[in-house]
Amino acid sequence: MKRTAGEKSAAGGAAGGKTVTGKAAGEGGGRAGRVGRLRPETRWAYVFLLPWLIGLVLFQAGPMLASLVLSFTDYDLIGAPEFAGTANYARMMEDPKVARAIGNTVLYTLLHVPLAIILALALALVLNRITGRAAGVFRTIFYLPSMTPYVAVGVLFLFLLNGQAGVVNAFLGLFGIEGPQWTTDPDWILMGIVLMSLWNLGSTTIILFAALRNVPRELTEAAMIDGAGPWQRFRAVTLPMISSALFFVVIINTISSLQMFDQVYTMFFGNQIAQQSYGDAALFYVIYLFQQAFQFLHMGYASALAWVLFIVIAIITLIQVRVGNRMVYYEAEEHAG
Amino acid sequence: MMAVEPITSAVRPETARPAQGAAPDPAGRGTGKVFFLTVLAAASVIFLYPFVWLVVASLKPRDRTFSDPFLPWPVPFRPENYVAVWDAAPMLTWLVNTVVVGVAAALAVTLSSAFVAFGFAYFRFPGRGIIFGSVLATMMLPAAVTLVPTFLIWNAAGLTGTQVPLWAGNLFGSAFYIFLLRQFLLGVPRYVFEAARVDGASYFDLFWRIALPLSRPALIIAFIFELKASWFDLMKPLIYLQDPALYTLPRGLKAVVDQFYQGGDPKWEIVLAASVVTTLPLIVIFFLGQRYFVQGIATTGRR
Repeated sequence: MKRTAGEKSAAGGAAGGKTVTGKAAGEGGGRAGRVGRLRPETRWAYVFLLPWLIGLVLFQAGPMLASLVLSFTDYDLIGAPEFAGTANYARMMEDPKVARAIGNTVLYTLLHVPLAIILALALALVLNRITGRAAGVFRTIFYLPSMTPYVAVGVLFLFLLNGQAGVVNAFLGLFGIEGPQWTTDPDWILMGIVLMSLWNLGSTTIILFAALRNVPRELTEAAMIDGAGPWQRFRAVTLPMISSALFFVVIINTISSLQMFDQVYTMFFGNQIAQQSYGDAALFYVIYLFQQAFQFLHMGYASALAWVLFIVIAIITLIQVRVGNRMVYYEAEEHAG
Repeated sequence: MMAVEPITSAVRPETARPAQGAAPDPAGRGTGKVFFLTVLAAASVIFLYPFVWLVVASLKPRDRTFSDPFLPWPVPFRPENYVAVWDAAPMLTWLVNTVVVGVAAALAVTLSSAFVAFGFAYFRFPGRGIIFGSVLATMMLPAAVTLVPTFLIWNAAGLTGTQVPLWAGNLFGSAFYIFLLRQFLLGVPRYVFEAARVDGASYFDLFWRIALPLSRPALIIAFIFELKASWFDLMKPLIYLQDPALYTLPRGLKAVVDQFYQGGDPKWEIVLAASVVTTLPLIVIFFLGQRYFVQGIATTGRR
């Protein structure tokens, strides 16, 4: 247990627990002597924390470090891992499929996140203008797509987006528009995926709707009395008041977009015919990682891919902390005792 | 701790407060409301129609799958598709597997997270801030990073090819639920616990007899979210299961679509009926536990 606690302070220190760090920081020397005579209550506390500490070492921190080590090796499950230096990272730089996967994933994220949030905010704003039961009913309807397993979503949109006879193109046809081959034309596959992703706005809408409901009514009313129009009230009162929720949904949508897998894998991968005919138009980063790891058993290369993804997501999280603390309006928030 | 400030602020209990900020514009109440209702109704049609199409198409013969795309009932009506789907694929086995794995995953994560959360909420001890920091830090850890080593662990344990890796990782608690349950337990007045201590209750009693029953709503949220997550999971079954008899529904549906969507002999009606079978139980669970879902999303921001 002593060992885990030590590892923890290394891992957790970076994440920055500011509550008790004061106590923990200065005690480097004293700790060894103290463990022997922990207060009984402290010992009990660690009993309750034990599952977490074991899981942390076994399934979080341990695997993270292991994948860092593996990323510098060649490992195919059969022989022992062989040290390969930075070869995997060098290979990433030259692998055209990595470039394609990053391009697709970034483009998808840049399209999905703003569109999803603008649409969800619009829905939440409209929901906030009606009262009572109706709002709850609509909220339920908007959330239903999010209860559909991603594999089923992928299957469903394979049919809906069918270029010859799908509902989407039939709808476009009503307006005399000849819809593209969403699921087979490499130039349109990514757009089809974005369209599919916009069906799942439920949780973003619910978070923004909850934030809107917390905007104190006095504020909007005061602004109205001061002669502010609807747009000014939105810009000057509502938007700042929901900025933390807005910022939060931007971050979680970005992070989950970068890890897109299920729907796209269902539609375009794992099936020989599909995989050949669409080229790499639907190749997302995590799909490529998955293929490298579990189809080609390139465990070292897959680990390098995983660590690059981890660093990108860590940077995004860091930006969240930095920019978020500066730009977002928070109310005072204090829990620790 | 800073790392999650946006979460904590989305989390604040007030989100559950009764509707109060919903300020209808007094100026344009009548016409405004009609307009807003119309917009919402139009949006509802867009969100619901894919479900309607799915169910209708699954009840039609194969050569009519794509016919009459806007007709909201099946012509001709062919409910036999739902008999055929059980023969074409072991749907019932997959359904049972999904329920078993889902309940195991949800129970494991709920109980272990509550156990750990009680440790964080009740005790004061050196290192608490740092260890809680580790909980928050893992929330940011993308699952893809640990994919390979986690596989190697289960492989070394000889458990690949079984359903164990699909749920056993949940025995050690999960950051989101620990966070949620700790927040919840911090709201319990301390004297409730102290009084029981004075009466001679052990710490396990405090957890089992007081903390668990009091955090029931949060436990239900954790349970149904994890059940949903398990029901959605495609990647773990893809990695760990080879034997179709062990598949869960998403993995099974993936096999069905690979086999029957394209190729020489497409059976679209089977693919569609299998999709409905995969989705319907979750929709039912959603309606049963709806308020917990809404609360859970508003408080944890989980999807």
